[in-house]
Amino acid sequence: MHKIYRRIEQIAGNVITVEASGVAYRELAQVTSHRGTSLAQVIRLDGERVSLQVFAGSRGIATDAQVRFLGHPMQTSFSEALLGRVFTGSGTPRDKGPPIAENMINIGGPSVNPAKRIIPRHMVRTGIPMIDVFNTLVESQKLPVFSVAGEPYNPLLARIALQAEVDIIILGGMGLKHDDYLFFRDYLEEHGALARAVLFVHTAADPTVECLMVPDISLAVAEQFALQNKRVLVLLTDMTNFADALKEIAITMEQIPSNRGYPGDLYSQLAARYEKAVDFDTAGSITILAVTTMPGDDVTHPVPDNTGYITEGQFYLRNGRIEPFGSLSRLKQLVNNRTREDHRTIMNTMIQLYAGYKETLEKQAMGFRMSAWDRKLLKYGERFEKELMDLSVNIPLEEALDLGWRILADCFEPAETGVPTALVKKFWPKAAAEAEEPVAVAK
Amino acid sequence: MSENIGRIVGVNGNLLTVEFDSPVTQNEVGFATLGDLKLKSEVIRIRGQRAELQVFEDTTGLKVGDQVEFTGNLLAVELGPGLLTQIYDGLQNPLPALAEKCGFFLQRGTYLDSLDRQRKWAFTPSAKKGDTVQAGDKLGNVPEGIFEHRIMVPFSLHGKHTVEEVAAKGEYTLEDVVARLKGEHGEAVEVRMLQRWPVKFPIKAYAERLRPVEPLITKVRIVDTFFPVARGGTYCIPGPFGAGKTVLQQITSRYAEVDIVIIAACGERAGEVVETLREFPELTDPRTGKSLMERTLIICNTSSMPVAAREASVYTAVTIAEYYRQMGLNVLLLADSTSRWAQALREVSGRLEEIPGEEAFPAYLESVIAAFYERGGLVKLRDGSTGSVTIGGTVSPAGGNFEEPVTQSTLKVVGAFHGLSRERSDARRYPAIHPLESWSKYPSVVDDEDVRFARQGLRHGNEVGQMMKVVGEEGTSLDDFIVYLKAEYLDAVYLQQDAFNAVDAATPAARQQYVFGRLVKILRTKMSFDDKDAARKFFQALTQVTKDWNRAPMPGDGKTADAEGEKQFKDLEARIEKMVEEVTDYA
Ligand SMILES: Nc1ncnc2c1ncn2[C@@H]1O[C@H](COP(=O)(O)OP(=O)(O)OP(=O)(O)O)[C@@H](O)[C@H]1O
Ligand SMILES: [Mg+2]
Repeated sequence: MHKIYRRIEQIAGNVITVEASGVAYRELAQVTSHRGTSLAQVIRLDGERVSLQVFAGSRGIATDAQVRFLGHPMQTSFSEALLGRVFTGSGTPRDKGPPIAENMINIGGPSVNPAKRIIPRHMVRTGIPMIDVFNTLVESQKLPVFSVAGEPYNPLLARIALQAEVDIIILGGMGLKHDDYLFFRDYLEEHGALARAVLFVHTAADPTVECLMVPDISLAVAEQFALQNKRVLVLLTDMTNFADALKEIAITMEQIPSNRGYPGDLYSQLAARYEKAVDFDTAGSITILAVTTMPGDDVTHPVPDNTGYITEGQFYLRNGRIEPFGSLSRLKQLVNNRTREDHRTIMNTMIQLYAGYKETLEKQAMGFRMSAWDRKLLKYGERFEKELMDLSVNIPLEEALDLGWRILADCFEPAETGVPTALVKKFWPKAAAEAEEPVAVAK
Repeated sequence: MSENIGRIVGVNGNLLTVEFDSPVTQNEVGFATLGDLKLKSEVIRIRGQRAELQVFEDTTGLKVGDQVEFTGNLLAVELGPGLLTQIYDGLQNPLPALAEKCGFFLQRGTYLDSLDRQRKWAFTPSAKKGDTVQAGDKLGNVPEGIFEHRIMVPFSLHGKHTVEEVAAKGEYTLEDVVARLKGEHGEAVEVRMLQRWPVKFPIKAYAERLRPVEPLITKVRIVDTFFPVARGGTYCIPGPFGAGKTVLQQITSRYAEVDIVIIAACGERAGEVVETLREFPELTDPRTGKSLMERTLIICNTSSMPVAAREASVYTAVTIAEYYRQMGLNVLLLADSTSRWAQALREVSGRLEEIPGEEAFPAYLESVIAAFYERGGLVKLRDGSTGSVTIGGTVSPAGGNFEEPVTQSTLKVVGAFHGLSRERSDARRYPAIHPLESWSKYPSVVDDEDVRFARQGLRHGNEVGQMMKVVGEEGTSLDDFIVYLKAEYLDAVYLQQDAFNAVDAATPAARQQYVFGRLVKILRTKMSFDDKDAARKFFQALTQVTKDWNRAPMPGDGKTADAEGEKQFKDLEARIEKMVEEVTDYA
C-alpha cells in the first residue's frame, strides 16, 4: 500500500537520505536492511531529497536498504494496559509482555492553551526538609535535579516518587545504566508501585536516536492519564543525554552550532518537553522531576543553563545533600503561605543565617579570629547541616519547622535573627527564652 | 481568497522554501495548506523564484508540492476598542476564545477575530463636518473600561483630509462606518472603529518626540530611588536564571503608576502568565478602584508555543502600546524575555544558512534590538497632549554572563540597566538588582545629593567588606567596620524589599522620599560603640525595627491605614530615632 524506496543516496551519522515524493515532514518510515528493521523519522524535505533519522542508527545500513513510509508521524499506544510495563524509546516492549497497539495517539502534540491552566496549589510532600521547608515541591511543577555524575540522583528521584501522593508514575530513562534501570524497576516493584507505573527506558547501550523519543513518548502518555483526571509524576533521567542526542543529529545535519556544539534551538527543544508539566483546569496534572547531570560540575554549561531558564527551579545535589544555595523552587510561594504562618520566615531566616555561616567558614579558613557572632554562626551551621540538610532526615514539614525554631533558639537571641517581632512572640521556644532567666529555670 | 499560489519545495523545521510565479512581497503573510488547515507564515527571504517563509505553527505533515496562498498583506494587528483585558497569543489570537473553541490544546491553523465584531460601543463624535484632519486625529471616542478610547483617523492615511460626515452619538460595532473623509484629491475614505496596522512599522502619527524626564514610579525602592525609569524611557533587566527578572516585572505590572500595562510573555513559562491572568481580575487597582485587569493586556507566546511567533509577539505588543499612546495615555510594555525572541531570530537565521555572528546570532541582531527599543518614547500629539510608551525588557544571558550579544546590544540602546546578580539572589537579597553595577540616565524620585551620598556609602561599605575578607575583622578599624555595617543596613532595610508583604511590596514615591530622607540622616550620623560586637548588635536590632517599620502602613499611603496602623508607623519611627540617639557621638 505504501510506496517502497530502495535507493539511499546518502548515509551520514544516523541520518539517511532517499529520493522520494509525497512524503510528509516528520512522517515515520520503516528502514529494513540485513540487520533488521528500524523506525526512522523525516527531519528535512528538500525537493525530492528526504532526510530521515534512523532510530536504530545507521550502522549496517546498505544503500539498497528498503525504506517504507508509514503515512503518519510517531505514535504510541495509550491504555491502562501500559501500567506495570517497560518499553523502549520507540515503544516496543522491553519486558516479556506482549506489544500493545490499541488506541494509537500522536506524540509531541500541541501545547496546552495557557487559558486552560490553573495556578498550582497543592504541595507535594517529600519528607525531606531541604525540599519541604526550603524549596517546596508543588504539583505540576517542572523541576530538575542538577548534579554531577556519581551523586545519588536516581535514588532521590525514586524516593520522592514513592513518598509523593500521585496516581501514576512514568519513568523516562535516557542513556540509563542498565543497573539503574533495574534499580528503578525493582524499587518500584518492592514498594508495590510498579502497578501504577509505566517505564520507557533507553539504556546507554541502545541507539542514540531512540533516546530522543523518550521524553515525548513518556509525556504523551502522561498527558492522556492527566486528561483522565490522574495526578501523574514523570521522572526524566538524564536530560543531558537527551540534549547530547539532539546535538549529534544537529551536527550531522550540518546545523550551525550556537554554544559548545549544541544547536541554537536547544532552549526551544527542552522547553517543548518541560512545558508539558501542567495543572489542567477541570482535569489532572503532570509534575516533572528530571535529572540534569552537569558536565564538569559547570552550571553554565549549555544544558543546565538552558534548563534552568525553563524549569521552575532546581535542586542542586552535591556531596549527597541538597544545597540550599542554587537550589530553588519557584512555585514554593504559591503554597508556603498556606502551610503554617511561620513557614516563610523560617525558610528565609535560616537560609540567610546559613549564608552567614558560610562566610564565617571562609574567614576561619583564612585563619582570622572568630568573633562572638562567628562562634554563634558556627554552632548554628553545624546543627543546620546535621539536623536539616542531611538527606537521611525524613520528617514531616511541621516537625521540621519546629526543629528550625529549636535550632535558632539554641544558637541566637531573637533580635539577631531578624525574625519579625510578632512571630518571635508566638513561636520562639519558651524553654530557651526562660533558660536565659535562671530564676525561671530553677522552678 | 488570493490568486497568488506557490508550491512548497522544501521543509526544514519551521522554514518552508516555496516556488512562486506572481510577485511576492518581503514580510507578506502566506498560508501553507495542509488538508483543511491553513498555517500562517511570513515571507522572510526571496531569492529568484523561491521565497522562504517562516511558519508560525508546527509544520508536521507538510509535503513537497503542497500549496501556499500568498495574501499580499504584511503581518498586522487589529486595533480598536476591546483590546484591554484580552489575552492574546503572539499573532493576536484571543486565547480564552480559542480555548472555548478547541479545548485544552492549541490547535494549529485556527485563527479567530482579535476583536469582537458583534459588540456595540457607545460612540460620541467630537469632529465636525468640514474639519481638516490627518492620520491619528481624534474623530470621537467610546468608553473602554476606565478609559476614553479615542477613535482616530486611520494611521495609514497620508496627507490632509476633510471630514464629510461623522456618525451621530450612538451604539456602533467595530465595522460600522463612523466617519467619512475626503482626501486632497477627492478620494473618499470610510472610517471604522477597527483599523489594522503592520506590526513591524512604528506608528508615527504625532507632532514630535520629547525627551523622557518624568519618573515612572514603579514603587520598587531600589529602582525609583537609585536606578529610576522615566515615562517614555527604556530599560532592561538582564540576569541569570532564577535571579528574579520575572518577579520584578510582575511586581511592576501591578504597582507601576501608568495607565496601561502590556505584558509580552515571550518564550517563557506558561505558568507565569497563568498567575497573572488568574490573579489580576481579582486584584484591585488602588488608582482606580477597579480590577487590575482593566488596565492590562497580555500577549502570551510561551516557550512551547511556535517559535516564529515569538518574534511577532513583541511587535504585536509594541504596536498595541503605540496605539494607546496615541490616545494620550502612558503605556508600560514589559517584555519577558527579549533573549527568547533573539534566539528565535537565531534559529531562523541558522535555517537560512546566513553567516553567523557571535554565538551564532545573526549579524543584524543589534540593529533589530535597537529598532525595537526605539519604539519606546514620549510624544507630543497634535492636540497638545502627551502619551508615552515605556519599554522594559528582561534579558536571559547564556551562563548568566553579561558579555554576550543580546545583553550587550541591549545595553547600547536603553536608558537604564537593572542588572540582577546571582550572589544577591542566592543570598535572598531581593530584588537582586546589583546596587553598584546597575545604572540609569533618568532622574530619581528622591533628592540627588542624598542618592549620591548613599551610593558613596554603599560603595565604601563594599570596599571595607572586600578588604575584610583579606585582613579579617581584627584587621579592620572600628570606624571602617561601622561604614560596612551602615551599608549593610541600608541594603537590608531599603534596597531589599519583600515582594510578598502587602505593605512592603510597594513603596509610593512620597514614602520613599520620607523614609530615604530619614535613613540618610542615620547614615550621616556619627556613632560610637565600645567594640565591633556592640556595633553589630546595634545594627542587627536597628535592622529588625526598621524592617518592622517597612511593614507598617504609612499615614496617607493610600493603603487602608487604620488609626492602629498609623500609630504603629509613628511608634516605630520614634523607636528608631531613640535607638540612633543612644549611640550618637556628639563629640
Ligand atoms: N523580589 C523577590 N522577593 C522574593 N522572592 C523572589 C523575588 N524575586 C525572585 N524571587 C524568588 O526567586 C524565584 C525566581 O524568580 P524569577 O522567576 O523572577 O527569576 P527569573 O530571573 O525570571 O528567572 P528565569 O530567567 O529562569 O525566568 C521566584 O520564584 C522567587 O522564589
Ligand atoms: Mg523569568
